[in-house]
Amino acid sequence: MGIRGPSVTVTLVALLVASFLASIAIGAYAIPVWDVVGVLSDRIGLGVGGTYDQIDEAVIWDVRLPRAVLAALVGASLGIAGAALQAIFRNPLADPSLIGVTGGAAVGATFAIVTGFTYFGLLSVPVAAALAGLVATLAVYAFARRAGRTEVVTLILTGLAVNAVATAAVGMATYVASPEELQDIVFWTLGSLGGASWETVRACLPFVILGIVVIPLFGRTLDLMVLGEREAGHLGVRTEQVRLVLIVVCAVTAGAGVAVAGIIGFVGLIVPHIIRLLVGPGNRLVVPLSAVGGATLLLLADLAARTVAAPAELPLGVLTAALGGPFFLFLVHRTRGAHGGWG
Amino acid sequence: MTGSTTRRGVPVHAALLGLLLAGALLVAGVFAGQASAKPERAPVMPTTGQGLDGDRVKIRSARRIVSLNGDLTEVIYALGLGSRVVGADTSTTFPRAAAKKQNIGYQRRLSAEGILSLKPTVIIGSTLAGPKRVLEQLDKSGVPLVVLPEDDTIKAPANKIRNVARVLGVRKRGEILARKMERQLRVQSRNAARLAKGKDRPRVAFLYLRGPRVQLIGGRASRSNTVIRYARGVDVGATVTNRSSVPVTAEALIAAQPEVLVVTDTGLRSVGGMAGLLRIPGIAQTPAGRDRRVLAYDDQLVLGLGPRLPSAIRKLTLGLYRGNRV
Repeated sequence: MGIRGPSVTVTLVALLVASFLASIAIGAYAIPVWDVVGVLSDRIGLGVGGTYDQIDEAVIWDVRLPRAVLAALVGASLGIAGAALQAIFRNPLADPSLIGVTGGAAVGATFAIVTGFTYFGLLSVPVAAALAGLVATLAVYAFARRAGRTEVVTLILTGLAVNAVATAAVGMATYVASPEELQDIVFWTLGSLGGASWETVRACLPFVILGIVVIPLFGRTLDLMVLGEREAGHLGVRTEQVRLVLIVVCAVTAGAGVAVAGIIGFVGLIVPHIIRLLVGPGNRLVVPLSAVGGATLLLLADLAARTVAAPAELPLGVLTAALGGPFFLFLVHRTRGAHGGWG
Repeated sequence: MTGSTTRRGVPVHAALLGLLLAGALLVAGVFAGQASAKPERAPVMPTTGQGLDGDRVKIRSARRIVSLNGDLTEVIYALGLGSRVVGADTSTTFPRAAAKKQNIGYQRRLSAEGILSLKPTVIIGSTLAGPKRVLEQLDKSGVPLVVLPEDDTIKAPANKIRNVARVLGVRKRGEILARKMERQLRVQSRNAARLAKGKDRPRVAFLYLRGPRVQLIGGRASRSNTVIRYARGVDVGATVTNRSSVPVTAEALIAAQPEVLVVTDTGLRSVGGMAGLLRIPGIAQTPAGRDRRVLAYDDQLVLGLGPRLPSAIRKLTLGLYRGNRV
């Protein structure tokens, strides 16, 4: 499938750019495309100008643009972390929730909501979520590690246990919450980019960039690790170190995404599969393209979330699952018809 | 004053003129006073209001109003400005026409662009509205955003009416409505006292229901507590918690021994009506569940602390002391 790599890459990147532009141009508030161009060019100093007013400018520059950027960042972080984790664990069901990131983040967010934690201002809930996500991941890793080694199955089972505890903690927080806090928690767990601002973009940008830069460097190593732990070791891969580094990077990257957007299912799990169906299993291509695909998917899903029921919004996490599930089923079905699937 | 001149020698005609002028001013003043008691025929703009973080914002037009909270929507309608509402949040349940307005989502999960797409000339919300970031985005757009303080006391309805009326340029309409409301409140409070005289006060619990698994009991700081106290009921929720509400277990509910349960219409619907409510563990074992003394009201009626507070108190009083069903 190496021949298809370049054309698929070009197509996916073009699709990402198109989705990004569409996200800026389309929304509940009708603004002519010319004014969209006018606002953007004036803001970056090109000064094409236009007949837009203050509301047009605020909608484009303070609402849509940060939201589109954040959708791309969160989607990319979930997609790339999912691809890396599926390779590390040699498990097609692996995604950021498996290593405790999502569960931990949910605990952090709900407790921040219930206790009224506001030390970091508007970023208090995201910061609490990101930290708790990282702590949960490290806990999973520490429990699964024994005599300097980590078994994949133990790691997955530990992840399950930590997630169960996290679910209990979220349930506990829900139990003591007031009706308003309860609504906040429910909405957080449904996922949304409604609170996107330049501040949230700045908060999660460095972590997402870290993941997007570091994880693809391990593309070849991941290909070797897919062969099996022992085989990779024989080929000179220091599997334990690689795994630790990648798990922490994935936790930080996906944690930053989950922290600002809430729980958005499906993207981290399914996007790598879709990419693999398109370009084959090579991780040197699958990993970076999963970032591109994740960003595109979340941009389109969020575009739908904020326009379908306008002026209200649909929950983003619900939408990604509702749209992505059937599409994925279709892909799986087609692949099985063509190559016999995964056996 | 002696002779034809004043002590300072001002000529008589001048003094007379002065007197006449003063009289005219007085008469004009009286008429002006009467005129000021007349409600505005249309909003008198511009006005100012309290914006986000206490800034003052100038409101130039009340032609297109977006209301972020159900209780405020009700106030806007009571002020006769309902036709100007172009969007309201999901918690808007009354009047029925208001609930049919363009829905902007739940008051704590608003969308800036969705609200702006309705081209409002003014956005009114309380501090309950959110998330904060969306309010900031709205504020930045230049459309005047007014954020009124939250208030859970008996004074809340009158305060809301006066605040909203001032912002929307119908101060006098607001004053008339607020006074009428305060008068009705006193009347209903007296009526309740009369009905309750010499009788045992029924033990009442307000239950916030959201599906068969979420039951919160209204506590001492709740809005329902205000209504129950004024209807001369004993709010057992206040002995359960000092907060506005807590989840209540079957046993705690039985221990509280409520003789009457007060719920909201949407809450009752979420558990599948009366039959569903009685299936929730603990409910059937309370005196209220045994006697099926459950009173269901419109959400904003019991929880809104809006202009219908006197009516809420009257309905609950009759429900408690006359056995009226809603």
